[in-house]
Amino acid sequence: MKTLILRTASNYLLPILLLFSIFILLRGHYLPGGGFVGGLIASIAFVLHAFANGLKNTKRLLKFHPGFLMPVGLSVAFLSGILPVLALDEPFMTSLWMHHAIPVIGKLNTALFFDIGVYIVVQGVTLTIIFTISESA
Amino acid sequence: MTEQLLLYPLLFQLLLAILLMFFWTKINVQKVISIVGGFVAVFLSGLLFYEVWTSGTQTVQAASWKAPFGITFVADTLAATLVLLTAISGLAVSFFSSASVIPARLRFGYFPIYHFLLLGLTGAFLTGDIFNLYVWFEIIIISSFVLITLGGEKAQIEGAVKYFTLNILASIIFLTAIAVLYGLAGSLNMADLSVLVPKLENRGLVEVAAILFLVGFGIKSAVFPLYFWLPASYHTPPSAVSAIFGGLLTKVGVYALIRIFSLIFTNDVFLGQILLVIAILTLFSGGVGALVQKNIKKIFSYLIICHIGFMIGGLAMFTKVALVGTIFYLIHDIVLKTNLFMISGLIYRIKGTSNVKLLGDLYDQYPKLSLLMFIPFLSLIGIPPFSGFWPKISLLTAALNTDNYVLLALIIVASLLTLIVIAKLWSEVFWKKGAVLEPRPHFLYFEKMTKAKKVQFILPIVMLAGVTLYIGFGAEHIQQVSERIASELMNKQQYIDAVMPQTE
Repeated sequence: MKTLILRTASNYLLPILLLFSIFILLRGHYLPGGGFVGGLIASIAFVLHAFANGLKNTKRLLKFHPGFLMPVGLSVAFLSGILPVLALDEPFMTSLWMHHAIPVIGKLNTALFFDIGVYIVVQGVTLTIIFTISESA
Repeated sequence: MTEQLLLYPLLFQLLLAILLMFFWTKINVQKVISIVGGFVAVFLSGLLFYEVWTSGTQTVQAASWKAPFGITFVADTLAATLVLLTAISGLAVSFFSSASVIPARLRFGYFPIYHFLLLGLTGAFLTGDIFNLYVWFEIIIISSFVLITLGGEKAQIEGAVKYFTLNILASIIFLTAIAVLYGLAGSLNMADLSVLVPKLENRGLVEVAAILFLVGFGIKSAVFPLYFWLPASYHTPPSAVSAIFGGLLTKVGVYALIRIFSLIFTNDVFLGQILLVIAILTLFSGGVGALVQKNIKKIFSYLIICHIGFMIGGLAMFTKVALVGTIFYLIHDIVLKTNLFMISGLIYRIKGTSNVKLLGDLYDQYPKLSLLMFIPFLSLIGIPPFSGFWPKISLLTAALNTDNYVLLALIIVASLLTLIVIAKLWSEVFWKKGAVLEPRPHFLYFEKMTKAKKVQFILPIVMLAGVTLYIGFGAEHIQQVSERIASELMNKQQYIDAVMPQTE
């Protein structure tokens, strides 16, 4: 599938889709969206890139095996859950809010980091599955 | 930090699984992490058990959402005991896997998945929310799917397909049951349900939900008409995997049955009768099935089914004495069945086959090892003072007290069948002059292993045999634990009060 149009478009679509996935991830706190959908959109960005430029180029772009994202994401989610236990002796997964808002971004809480963990895991899983299938095909 | 002690065994398994994923390709590091982690898990579970034993049922409201709206984790004595047993069996199987599972299988994430399985088991025992229980069951079956197919031999895939199909079916039925129950009662918290369900008007639909639960958990725990997937699949994966499956996966179904029928659907004569019939038929069909099998692992698979019957029988009678028997049997059975499958793995390593007809003169070659294996066999039959004997006293007493003479007879028949099966096994595998077997090429025989590897093979078996001996000779302690669990199960109010202190 090495058409010029797709190849040119995918170079622009990759960053746009990645940004869009982060938007969906952040939007998910109160509105439809969240880590799972965001992760899927982000992996679609890479899959599209692989369609247009070939798997090898996408792998070069990623620099590491996507499977590595799974434990990383899990650890982020795990840490966000365990933080209230370690810091305040609150039950596991209790959502902690920052007292002071950061300029521009606003108040952060641990639920966001859990969602970021999900986002990373979903990317890792999806890309590992798709890369493995397209390698063996 | 002690208030959340009950989550530590759970979180620790998750931590181990994540840690192991970071070392995906480094098998030797994984082995060390898994074994060392196993020791820590036993320690944490022991702490939890001690805490529950001294200061009563522990609860944590996850994410600080109060019951019945959030997910509650509850550790009563039953849950704490089972978590401890999971950790002990898990440690033994970690050890055994590191020696017995071939590197080609280990390379595809055996240990991380194995610890996800233990995570699922621990979670299923600790949760106090019925939908959360479903989620833990999903974690268990997804990890077990991976473990059972890892390696991809033809026989393995065939077994796995059967295992898949019926377990997914069981999950769907379980989910349907939850949906029906939620539609009726409007709650998912088990303590809340146990208050709400007896007050419901629509008894017919409650009965339907109960039967759906029974079928769903029945498939998972392999009771009479629903057990066919078990002997068709358990002999196909490596022995280490069979060990953890045989020891814990069916027992988590039994645990769920005990939990549901002691907490939510209580005092139901119809269900009691059904459970009784199921128990009787399970005892009989499992025992007879074991008689005719030729493969050691298949024999043990049928014995699992047979002995599930004891536990279901005790649950069906639902008197305190009967429950003591059920719980004691559960404790004894988890350790024993794990050990039996590890023994079958050891025999396979020594001889290169699992076929009873071809095996022989093991006692002649390895007298000390044979005596070691004799301990679990004796406990399985229930020769006093070994561990299988004590729960049967309680079960027989309960059957006499409640005039269930058919069950009484079947408990005796099933014990006799077990005796015959094990006697046959002993004379065939250990005493008989075995067939002369062609040495298999590319097969690492036990005698050719290094000393360290031999120790890794035998140590977990010794360890679990030691636990079995303790259950047998220290029966007084286990009896005390079982009695306390049984009285907690009979008096569900203490569970409700622990989860929802504001209901008074």
